[in-house]
Amino acid sequence: MAESGKWEPKILAFLCNWCSYAGADLAGTSRIQYPPNVRIIRVPCSGRVSPFFILSSLQKGVDGVLVSGCHPGECHYLTGNYSARRKFALLKSLLEFAGVEESRVQFSWVSASEGARFAKLIEKVTAEIRELGPSKRLVKTPHQGVFHATANK
Amino acid sequence: MQQLTNEIRAIARKLLREKKVEVVIGFERGSMPLRSRPCFIRKEEEVNRLFWDGFCENALAVYLPKRKERAAIVAKGCDSRAVVELIKEKQVQRDRVILIGVPCRGMVDRSRIESSAAPRRILEMREIEDTLILRGTDFEETLKRSEFLHESCKTCTHPNPVLHDVLVSEWLEEKNEDPFADIQTFDALTAEERWDYLNKEVDKCIRCYACRNACPLCYCPECFVDASLPQWIGKSIDSSDTMIFHLMRAYHLAGRCVSCGACERACPVGVDIRKLNRKLVKDVKDLFGYEAGLNLEQTSPLATFRPDDTESFIVNP
Repeated sequence: MAESGKWEPKILAFLCNWCSYAGADLAGTSRIQYPPNVRIIRVPCSGRVSPFFILSSLQKGVDGVLVSGCHPGECHYLTGNYSARRKFALLKSLLEFAGVEESRVQFSWVSASEGARFAKLIEKVTAEIRELGPSKRLVKTPHQGVFHATANK
Repeated sequence: MQQLTNEIRAIARKLLREKKVEVVIGFERGSMPLRSRPCFIRKEEEVNRLFWDGFCENALAVYLPKRKERAAIVAKGCDSRAVVELIKEKQVQRDRVILIGVPCRGMVDRSRIESSAAPRRILEMREIEDTLILRGTDFEETLKRSEFLHESCKTCTHPNPVLHDVLVSEWLEEKNEDPFADIQTFDALTAEERWDYLNKEVDKCIRCYACRNACPLCYCPECFVDASLPQWIGKSIDSSDTMIFHLMRAYHLAGRCVSCGACERACPVGVDIRKLNRKLVKDVKDLFGYEAGLNLEQTSPLATFRPDDTESFIVNP
């Protein structure tokens, strides 16, 4: 738990069921310490992750998004991560072009045997996002619409 | 221009007479000067409505998906590229469409002409080769056509139809490759400046979806902006919602956008829509060596992969 009043980044991680999720599990069973800032969502494959998942997360106010799948060539569904890689290359470039900070959205590969790599990855990602500070761009703030303004007058 | 019009009419007449098509989709003269509008010709007697000038800017390929009739379409370079993509995506059957290819010298931006003539009102316009002759109640003015082209036409590198069954007029010289100078300049700005610029642009957006409706490649039966289960995107004009709408609209066209510029021309509030689209066109070309709409055989970039695709963005702890 964060100390009260101190900001801690919230990071959402989409991990594929067959490699990265098992990698995270291994990190846990091996008792490797990593920052508790990451919230994990298990997905069947990194190819399942739609750009909407990522943008929606940012809109709802998470400070960083991590997507991780099997290493290329090791996908449980043979080619899911290859397709994902093309999608993410374009999405990442587009988000950066639009001015979303480079490390807000990150992609990696972690296999089921790489518990230590998973812990290191989370450490790295958390440190980078802590450096950036709270996410502001793309966050949807509660609407202070004209209707409220006029109703109060 | 008259010659092109006559050629298009003759071809349309022949196609309708021989019953090769049931409808010819082309342009007719609009009711105002500087306007041409899409028209659908089904009878031989109506063929003389067809018209061609520098204001035939709509992307006509938008009328092809789900059309039951056998159709002929007057196709500029961009229209033909859109048809190629539609055929690849199985929205149009190649043997159900006849392309009347028209090499295009670029379409003229009406609003620029109007603002250059303002406050005088243009009542009549004639187009002769590279000149536009404007006439109002108390003035006559000659403008150079090539100076008033749409942004998308200025950067167009494939003015000739890539796919056509009949060709009208002569093949034009293809321009040099698009250097994406505008995108490179924009990319050189700081993230802060880019964000501020795009945010200011999308803040004009009123979410009318004219860009989507004008786009020849937007044909989903249910668009992501209309989907409510799950509702991925807010329908308000909150700046976060509009930004995500524009990002996803552009992303949805990655590797499919044929750079026709129909989205930007349809926008009633003048959002710089093509900025994001062109960035993706550039990325798709740089990363995957693909240009949309150029050939029927090449697989779409997001429907395939190579084992040695770029890995530069992958984090290695």
